[in-house]
Amino acid sequence: MTLRDQISDIIETEPVTLFMKGTPSFVACGNSQRALSALRAAVAPVTAVDILPDPRFRQELSSLSGWPTIPQIFVKGELVGGADIVEELAATGELERKLTDALGESYRDERAEHVIALDAA
Amino acid sequence: MASVATEPLQELLRMAFPDATELAVVDRTGGGDHFQVTVASPRFAGLSLVDQHRLVYDALAMPLADGSIHELRIKTKGTT
Repeated sequence: MTLRDQISDIIETEPVTLFMKGTPSFVACGNSQRALSALRAAVAPVTAVDILPDPRFRQELSSLSGWPTIPQIFVKGELVGGADIVEELAATGELERKLTDALGESYRDERAEHVIALDAA
Repeated sequence: MASVATEPLQELLRMAFPDATELAVVDRTGGGDHFQVTVASPRFAGLSLVDQHRLVYDALAMPLADGSIHELRIKTKGTT
């Protein structure tokens, strides 16, 4: 599968995707940490994708989403925004409403964080 | 608050949002590449936050692409 297909596949398939610098256990950027913290506060089932291993990961992602910065957060295929937006939505309670609308009332039950690695080859 | 680093960004934002009621660029670290941008404009009214931030990214496309902005924090406010 091409890199672009891998990325769009993850975006479309995973309930909540966080494209970030590093992984949830080793966050490599303050903005990725802000986004992760906001998603955790909303008990979102986060699938994290590290864009650092290869510069093409970020290039493909940004060309696909039209969003120039990292992190990027998607819920059910829809771009929710970057760290500032997710923080703002979390603060107003809008993030939990969005997650409930997209994933159902029981979305918190999953309580799982996943990491998916992109294949550069 | 204007500085060598923030003035060009202010100018780009002023051109993109001539009707802005609030427009601020802060050099967060003093290093000239981490910025906090605040824009209040009637253009944001009725737009999602994603679309509001896209308009700011569009205005700053050049400094984002050439690497002179390393990190950008955005706060937008829709006014009526």
